Amino acid sequence: MINFDYTRADGVTSAVRDRASELTAKFIAGGTNLIDLMKENVERPTRLIDINRLPLATITETEGGGLRLGALMTNADTAYDKQVSKRYPLLSQAILAGASAQLRNMATDGGNLMQRTRCYYFYDVATPCNKREPGSGCSAINGFNRIHAILGTEAGTPDRSIHCIATHPSDMCVALAALEAVVRVTGPDGDRTIPFAEFHRLPGNTPHIDNTLKDDELITAIDLPANGFSKNYAYLKLRDRTSYAFALVSVAAALEMEDGRITDARIALGG
Amino acid sequence: MTLTDESPPMVNQAPSVPATQTVTLTVNGTAVELQLAPWTSLLDALREYMQLTGTKKGCDHGQCGACTVLVNGKRINSCLTLAIMQEGNSITTIEGLAQPEGLLPIQQAFIDHDAFQCGYCTPGQICSAVGLMNEGHAKTTDDIRELMSGNICRCGAYTNIVDAIQAVMHPQPDKL
Repeated sequence: MINFDYTRADGVTSAVRDRASELTAKFIAGGTNLIDLMKENVERPTRLIDINRLPLATITETEGGGLRLGALMTNADTAYDKQVSKRYPLLSQAILAGASAQLRNMATDGGNLMQRTRCYYFYDVATPCNKREPGSGCSAINGFNRIHAILGTEAGTPDRSIHCIATHPSDMCVALAALEAVVRVTGPDGDRTIPFAEFHRLPGNTPHIDNTLKDDELITAIDLPANGFSKNYAYLKLRDRTSYAFALVSVAAALEMEDGRITDARIALGG
Repeated sequence: MTLTDESPPMVNQAPSVPATQTVTLTVNGTAVELQLAPWTSLLDALREYMQLTGTKKGCDHGQCGACTVLVNGKRINSCLTLAIMQEGNSITTIEGLAQPEGLLPIQQAFIDHDAFQCGYCTPGQICSAVGLMNEGHAKTTDDIRELMSGNICRCGAYTNIVDAIQAVMHPQPDKL
């Protein structure tokens, strides 16, 4: 791990200001992925801004009848929350399909969105990786790529990337995509919202950019729309062992039924 | 190679080492003041600076669970958090579980059910089991297996570990 400085943020505004004045700094919340990447020298921040003391560990009702998940809610507390598990069981199921109990107790909801791919080559600084080091090449395309992407990589499809076939490893995010959640962020110029489908981006020609969050912005919450599809839903995850493994393929599916007819359907794919 | 006046050759300069900071950790009910560099993991602080070597370093990447400790009653991987981030929290390690009057029931159950072979993963398994019971989400044997999946045992004592936990949670497991 490289040397870095550590500061503890005491407010959202000051946290964002600190980051804006030092763009090589990084926010740290649960740390389950960031610290691991720092041990591997993949992430090399000059400073960690600890946001764990910010008042973002709450779940509240939104005006639209949905729930607002504070960015610092842990994955475990979110999945087991009475309101979440009753109104958004798809989300609870997806969260509990990921990681281990220890990691879910540490990892936060905002951090879940910000975690990086688990592509082996991304982690191995001795191998080329366009996501880690733009322009160095992709070791996965002709390498061990069992856990890599299927969609967005086929020849002839418009979204195909010839630079990167890494996936976002989250289970939670697949459910959030199906539920059409909205990401709330704060930057130096104020607050804005990002529809979930626009948050993570395909690799394209810039695989090192995972998402549409700006460097000086902080996720403060994730809004769940009023409809939680709590009657007809499923999260299916296929993996190499029954527990504590990343998905090879995952599906979040949700249906709204009226009189035996499907009136609304959501399907999100992951893994 | 001919040197030109275009740009001087790059010299890799070692970054300056930030000073250590005073970190106060509350471990097993006692507050201890340590001088730590910011990158010191909670695991390294426990083992190297507090001589609490019961917590084990297995993979150091959050994959094996040998480093499991309890923070405010909930289990975490101590290798994936910085000691400085845990100021103000109550940390319990394997050394802090047994009471003066004896072992915890789960510790005794591990002995009674032979829930280990080499024993390296055992402190993490026991802390994880205590966390599992504190958290209260395991109802069935399958739940125990699922919620203990963050603790790897390469000797393969899994069935006996599940039996030990079940014996404490449900004193009559055959009625499950």
